[in-house]
Amino acid sequence: MAQVRLDAVTKEFAGGVCAVSEVSLEVPDGEFLVLVGPSGCGKTTALRLIAGLEKATSGTITIGTEVVNGISPRDRDIAMVFQNYALYPHMTVYRNLAFPLRERRTPKPEIARRVAEISAILGLDELLKRRPAQLSGGQRQRVAMGRALVREPSVFLLDEPLSNLDAKLRVQMRAELKRLHQKLGITTVYVTHDQVEAMTLADRIVVMSAGRTLQIGPPQEIYAKPVNLFVAGFIGSPAMNLLRGKAAGSRVTAGELAFERPGVPDGEVVVGIRPESLTVVGAGGAGGVEGAGGEPPGPPGLPCLDLHVDLVEPLGETTLVHGTVSGAVAESGAEEEQSILADAAARAPVTAVLASSHEARPGDRMRVAAPPDRIYLFDAGTGEAIR
Amino acid sequence: MTGDTIPGARPASRDKADARTRKQPRPRREPREEGGRFLFSPWHLVLIPLAVVMLVPMVWMLVTSLETLNETRHFPPVLLPHTLAPGNYAQVLQQAPFARWFLNTLIVTVVTVAGNLLLCAMAGYAFARIKFFGREVVFILVLATLMIPFQVVMIPTFIIVKHLGLINTLGGLIVPNLAQAFGIFLFRQFFRTLPVELEEAARIDGASRIGVLFRIVLPLSGPVLATVAVITFLYTWNDFLWPLITIYSPNNMTLQLGLTTFEGTHQTVTNLLMAANVMSLLPVVLLFFLAQRYFIRGIASTGLKG
Repeated sequence: MAQVRLDAVTKEFAGGVCAVSEVSLEVPDGEFLVLVGPSGCGKTTALRLIAGLEKATSGTITIGTEVVNGISPRDRDIAMVFQNYALYPHMTVYRNLAFPLRERRTPKPEIARRVAEISAILGLDELLKRRPAQLSGGQRQRVAMGRALVREPSVFLLDEPLSNLDAKLRVQMRAELKRLHQKLGITTVYVTHDQVEAMTLADRIVVMSAGRTLQIGPPQEIYAKPVNLFVAGFIGSPAMNLLRGKAAGSRVTAGELAFERPGVPDGEVVVGIRPESLTVVGAGGAGGVEGAGGEPPGPPGLPCLDLHVDLVEPLGETTLVHGTVSGAVAESGAEEEQSILADAAARAPVTAVLASSHEARPGDRMRVAAPPDRIYLFDAGTGEAIR
Repeated sequence: MTGDTIPGARPASRDKADARTRKQPRPRREPREEGGRFLFSPWHLVLIPLAVVMLVPMVWMLVTSLETLNETRHFPPVLLPHTLAPGNYAQVLQQAPFARWFLNTLIVTVVTVAGNLLLCAMAGYAFARIKFFGREVVFILVLATLMIPFQVVMIPTFIIVKHLGLINTLGGLIVPNLAQAFGIFLFRQFFRTLPVELEEAARIDGASRIGVLFRIVLPLSGPVLATVAVITFLYTWNDFLWPLITIYSPNNMTLQLGLTTFEGTHQTVTNLLMAANVMSLLPVVLLFFLAQRYFIRGIASTGLKG
C-alpha cells in the first residue's frame, strides 16, 4: 500500500503538445481516485506518468515515500489494467496470471498458490487453461485485473478498463471493481471518460480538461458544487441545462426565467439547472399535459420555464423529456458533440428528468420549475461558479 | 508495407491480435453466379504453359541425372533414357566428398539462419520500439545498404574476413551474413504492427526490454520469423559467389561450390553434375512445400525476385 503524489507534473510531447500541465494531486493510501474528463484531456497521460510509461517533462511523482521520476515501471510496484486488457495472446490464462510473478523470480509453489488465490477471488478457476482468444470480454477483463492484482501491488492503475464491455456487463463489472477495492484496499487510480463510472466508483474525483485539473473532490461535492461551467456541464447525466442570462441588482433573468439571488454581481451570467431539479408545476401555454393538468400554474416565487416538448425518452422509473424554452443556450465546453438539429438561435434546448407518471408527448407544452437554491450561476466570461 | 500481407495484430484492435491464435476457417469463395464453377478457367490457358516452361528445366535435370554420359551428349537431346542409370547418384557420392559438402552447407545455413533470426529481430526491435537519437537516419542507412550490389562490397568484405583469419573456413561464410538489412527491415515492419500495450503491460509486470522481446514479442512473431528464416535459408543455401572467393580447399566447400568440380576445363560430366544438382535441390524443394506461404509472403514483401 502506498500513497501517490504528483507535484506540478507537466508532460510535453515532441511538437510542443502539452498533454498534462502543472498537475498536482495526492492520492492517500487506500483511496479510489478517478481521473475523469473528455477524450484528449490528459487523464490517460497522467496515469501513464504514474506508471512510468511516460517521463514527466517537469515536476515530481512520488509513490510511497520515494520519488519515482527516474525509476522504470517494473520497479515502481504498480500494476496496470489497459483499456484493451493487453493479455498475452500466446499464453494461457494461468500463464498470463503467473507472468508478473515469474518475471520477479517468485518460487514456483508460491506462484501456484498466488494464482490459485486470485483466480478464486475473480472466479477464473474454470478458465485457467484457455487462451485469451477463447474468452469473452468480461472474462478477459477479469483476467487482466487478476494479472494486475496477483503481485499485490501497492498502487493499482486502471485505464478505462470497462469501456470495451457492453452496457450490462459494464454495470456488473463496475460493482465488482468497487467490491474488490473494498476488500483489498489497494490505492487505485482509475481513468475514465464516463462520468457515471467516476461518480459510482470514486472516493474522490479529479475532473480534467486540456491537461489541467479543474476540480478535485468527493463525487457528491463535484456534483453539487461544480467550480466552473466545464465541471457543471461534464458531471451529471443528462448534462446540466445551461441558459444565457443577465444579473442586475440581485435579480437574475434568463429568457422567461427570473429569480432573486442576493449578492450576485451585475453582468452576463450562465444559469445552470440540473434536469433532475426540474419539476412539472402545470400545463404551459396553449398545450396541455395529462396528469399535470390539475396542478396550479406554478407556485409563487418558484422560477418557471415554459417547456415545448420535442422528444420523450422513457427510462422506466423516470422519463427524459427534451424540449426547448425561450432564451439562448450556453456552452460549457464539455459537450461531446454539437447537436445535429439544434436551432440554437431561436430557442434553448432543455432536458428534464420527470417521474414516468407525467405522460409527456412530443408537441406538449408544460411548465417546469426549479427551486432557486438548486439553480447554479456562472460568470459568462470566466466560466467560474458564482456562489 | 508488410503489415498488409502479414495477418497479425494491429495496434488498434485487440480482437485481431487474439485472432492470431484462433484457427479461423478461410472465407470460401462464392461460386460465380453465371455458369457455376468451371473446371477450367481462362487463366489456365496462361498458367499451364507458364508452369510447363518453369518445369521443363527441372524435369530435364531429373532425366539427365538418370542418363548415361553418352546420352547426355546426344543431339537432339534424349528425353526418355533407354536405360535408367541410378548408379549416377552412387557415383557422385563416391567420387566427391558430397556428404561433407552437404554437411558444410547445412552448418553454414543453419547458423546463418539462426544468426539472422536473433540479430535481425533484436535490431528490428530497436528500430521499431526503442527511441534513440538518430534512429530514423540509421534505419534509412541500413535500408540503403540494400541498394548496394554484393559485387561492390565483395572485396572489402574479403579483406575484413581475411583479417579475421576466416578465409577458407566455414566461419568465413557465416560471419559476414549473420545479419542482413532486409531481415532487419522485415522484423521492424512486423513489430510495429503489434499492439504496444502488450509490451507496456509486460514492462510493468517486471520484464526487461530483452525479456519483452523474447517472451512477448517473438512468440507473437511467427509469420515474420518464418519469412526471414525462409529467405535467409534460400539465400545461404544457394549462395555461390561468396563461397567461391572464400573457400579453396575441397573439404570446406559448400554444395553449390562443390557442384562446379563436375565441370572440368575440358569436359563436363553432365549426368553426375545433374545427379548432384538434384540432391542439392532436395532440401530446398522440401522446404518449399513445407513453408510455401512464407516463401510467397517473403518474396511478395520484397518486391524483388527471390
